[in-house]
Amino acid sequence: MSLEGEAGNFTARVRRQPRYINADLCTACGTCATYCPVIINDAFNQDLSTTKNPHRDYVQAVPASFYIDPACCLFLNYQTCQICVSTCQARAINFYEEEEVLDLEVGAVILAPGFGRISEDVLSKYGYGHFPDIVTSIEFERLTSASGPSIGKIIRPSDGEHPKRIAFLQCVGARDVSCGNGYCSSVCCMYAVKEATVAKEHDPNLEITIFYIDMRTQGKGFDAARLRAKEKGIRFVRCRVSDVLENGKLLEIPYVDETGRRFREKFDMVVLAEGLESPEDARPLARAAGIDLNHYDFCSTRPFFPLKTTRPGVFVAGAFQGPKDVPESVTDASGAAALAAECLKDVRHTCVVEKSYPAEIKIEQKPRIGVFVCSCGTNIGGVVDVKAVADYAAKLDDVVFTDTNLFSCAQNTQEEIAEKIEENRLNRVVVAACTPRTHEPLFQETLRNAGLNRCLFEMANIRDHCSWVHATVPEEATEKARDLVRMAVAKASELRPLPEQRLPVIPKALVIGGGMAGMTSALSIAEQGFESFLVEKSTELGGNLRHIRITLSGDDPRQILEDIEAKVMSNPLIHVYREAVVESVSGYVGNFATLIRTHEKSETLEHGVIVVATGGTQYEPKQYLYGKSPQVVTQRELEEKLTRPDEIEKINEIVMIQCVGSRGEDLPYCSKVCCGQAVKNALRILELKPDVRIFVFYRDMRTYGFMEDYYRSVRKKGAIFVHYEKDHPPEVSMEQGRIRVAFLEGILGGKVVLEPDLLVLSVGIVPAQVEELSRTLKIPLTGDGFFLEAHPKLRPVEFSVEGIYVCGLAHGPKPIFESLAQAGAAAGKACIPLARGYVTAEPIVSSVDTDRCIGCGICESLCPYSAIRMIKVGKKKKAETISASCKGCGICASHCPTLSISMAGFTNEQMTAQIRAFGEGH
Amino acid sequence: MTANKVSKMTNDKFEPKILGFLCNWCCYAAADSAGVARFQYPPNIRVIRVMCTGRIDPVFIMEAFRAGADGVFVGG
Repeated sequence: MSLEGEAGNFTARVRRQPRYINADLCTACGTCATYCPVIINDAFNQDLSTTKNPHRDYVQAVPASFYIDPACCLFLNYQTCQICVSTCQARAINFYEEEEVLDLEVGAVILAPGFGRISEDVLSKYGYGHFPDIVTSIEFERLTSASGPSIGKIIRPSDGEHPKRIAFLQCVGARDVSCGNGYCSSVCCMYAVKEATVAKEHDPNLEITIFYIDMRTQGKGFDAARLRAKEKGIRFVRCRVSDVLENGKLLEIPYVDETGRRFREKFDMVVLAEGLESPEDARPLARAAGIDLNHYDFCSTRPFFPLKTTRPGVFVAGAFQGPKDVPESVTDASGAAALAAECLKDVRHTCVVEKSYPAEIKIEQKPRIGVFVCSCGTNIGGVVDVKAVADYAAKLDDVVFTDTNLFSCAQNTQEEIAEKIEENRLNRVVVAACTPRTHEPLFQETLRNAGLNRCLFEMANIRDHCSWVHATVPEEATEKARDLVRMAVAKASELRPLPEQRLPVIPKALVIGGGMAGMTSALSIAEQGFESFLVEKSTELGGNLRHIRITLSGDDPRQILEDIEAKVMSNPLIHVYREAVVESVSGYVGNFATLIRTHEKSETLEHGVIVVATGGTQYEPKQYLYGKSPQVVTQRELEEKLTRPDEIEKINEIVMIQCVGSRGEDLPYCSKVCCGQAVKNALRILELKPDVRIFVFYRDMRTYGFMEDYYRSVRKKGAIFVHYEKDHPPEVSMEQGRIRVAFLEGILGGKVVLEPDLLVLSVGIVPAQVEELSRTLKIPLTGDGFFLEAHPKLRPVEFSVEGIYVCGLAHGPKPIFESLAQAGAAAGKACIPLARGYVTAEPIVSSVDTDRCIGCGICESLCPYSAIRMIKVGKKKKAETISASCKGCGICASHCPTLSISMAGFTNEQMTAQIRAFGEGH
Repeated sequence: MTANKVSKMTNDKFEPKILGFLCNWCCYAAADSAGVARFQYPPNIRVIRVMCTGRIDPVFIMEAFRAGADGVFVGG
């Protein structure tokens, strides 16, 4: 509602709407929904299906509890009904909950409201709303989803039939000045390709056509996905469709192809690939937060500070900053968190209450197992005979106590369980209830409160895997519950207490690479309060930005570089090493030792984390007579020329060729930056000398996001853009010392020859030579030679190896503002272990029995997390687990030829006991 | 052959006993989701959770058959 104060000391006034169901008490059992008489549209499924009023938007929603929509509730509108209240055994429903206004004292604010939807007015121009078989891409996405309205079956809304021919129309509500959205939404091409591919996988006979202006699949690995879609038989037609007509039961699309020929084609379903709009409440939010919006109502930011709003201390993440895909949004989120952490570094570790536990009891050797069987209201008890299961458990070996609970997870039951543990001197606990994935930590906490080690706990999942899925066969479900409890008890007998492992962290970072990404990362780490070593292999910092003279936004890159370099050099927490190379790296998260070599000396640096910012360089072209004629230059060389007025004087006609060496030539991928660069330089030329004739040969102009404005502007100023296909590039020759460019013109159908003064090649980005570093750090590269992150969408700046992070061109080609957001994200992630001061290892890690280990090294070679190393014990080689890096997957244990690796919590003995107990039924 | 299996088979209806090894991060989570969505499936499987199917030593599978499993399901 409002934001008073300043960075470091804000008061944020927020309004909290009532949910009418207490999220702490609700167990998400769904009984209220079963009894509620009100059926409402399921908004998450785009109103394509219905749900009951007490609902949650989707299964994975956070918090995992239901809420009531007041607009459709009988009680809240007519004071009648209230059936749900009496059905809720957790007593979580409260109709007297009221709207709350909270004043939050905060030091920093992050705005992440996401994006808005294209209005129905715009969609209706394409017939949406008139013809039921025209759906939006989000509706189509739900139709293809296994959790969607049709359980993943693609059906036509009009008659429920399978469609045979589907058309996707791109750029709906985007790249469209008539609806006010002149920008490109960046993500629609890729998601259309994805949806089409998924649909084709559902039904290989489907005929799918995607109508597009430019295929903007510029993200990492996206072009490869687009090519796979093409191979699967998805048809791509370059044409903007303006109209969808009705033709009997079908839909007809008139279009014009590139040669100017007219077609009419019939489809039985049309998907509108709708763009991303600014959030509906962008303006009130901006007013409340005191920030500026740009001319499209997205958050206003500057290219070199992509996550900072116009108000200090207020940061932005995700699509509110501009339309973007999941990886960039997640990257932004970490970057914004880093900026917030910079604001809060002085008060870090304050306002924290450390929880204390009683000392651990030394347990008796002989297992004394307690079994608690949960009814989960009626969720389990309504199907499974809970009492019978408890009685059965009481007869099992080592079981000395059993009990049944209405809700084992309820606060009072937790206390009860702790009491029973003490009363009965229980030293192992089995809870037969729901899933350990959500509830194990809660019960482990109960054990710790009762003085037991948390590893003496085992769960039997008799709800999610039993009562819920065998609701119609109660006897079989009860039998299964008995089996699951018996297996859990057998495993519990073998459980051992395990120590909590905490390893200290050296609170310093190593940043490899001193370009913009590396410097920004080091600065953020310093701003967050930690030292770093910035290692640059060349003689000066700055990387590629040294060669950039102008930007689309008008910022002066030289000035920005100078500023940041000065900040880095003067920061006492950053130690810069120039002309330095990383020789070797040893250790693990929290405790790395790196040997670096400079001209004068070698030095070992000790640090807790590593940021890889090794960058990339310009692709050196061999095509189009580059190097053979002074008339042929790269965009970067052109940029240099544009700083000299005498050079500009000489230019009257200029030809640019995009994708030189990229997208299937020497480099299989798209470099993301070259289209923007061409537009930038063309604009600059026309600004300096408006009568220059500019021809740009392109395959797809990928001026995504707000860059589209500049693309439109340069066309308006007279630059001519000519499309070519990969197999028919313009022909470049030299005649009497002059460059000639010949190309086939589609509409005229003839050959056109140009004789430009300059031929400018837009070349892509190649990664730095990092194979050696990749081996040293044991982090993988993609086939293209860029570093491969832990997860392309959800962990875009991390590696599967803990404590190492990536940013900038080392991760993949991208424009400077994305590199900078990523540099912040890497710094944010890197500071997590540094700020905590220690790393904990979950007590599921592997351990090696050194006596039995024969030092074969199979485990070391197989470990995906580099969590096993070979050490010398006396004269013999032995394996050793690096607990801080181990994820407990157990690949090492299952491959050890001498069975000398044990997985805590999943030992051979425990697993075998559980398997044998499986066979002991009846 | 366990007594259970014999009795089931003499009833002319073969009800296999299946032991499942499910990865905590994917298949076990999927089985949880199946529950949340109330998908109904036959009650013949018993589940052992592992942190990764990489943990599964072939010996475990042999052990399962020895314990009377008619089938072993590995989900990861």
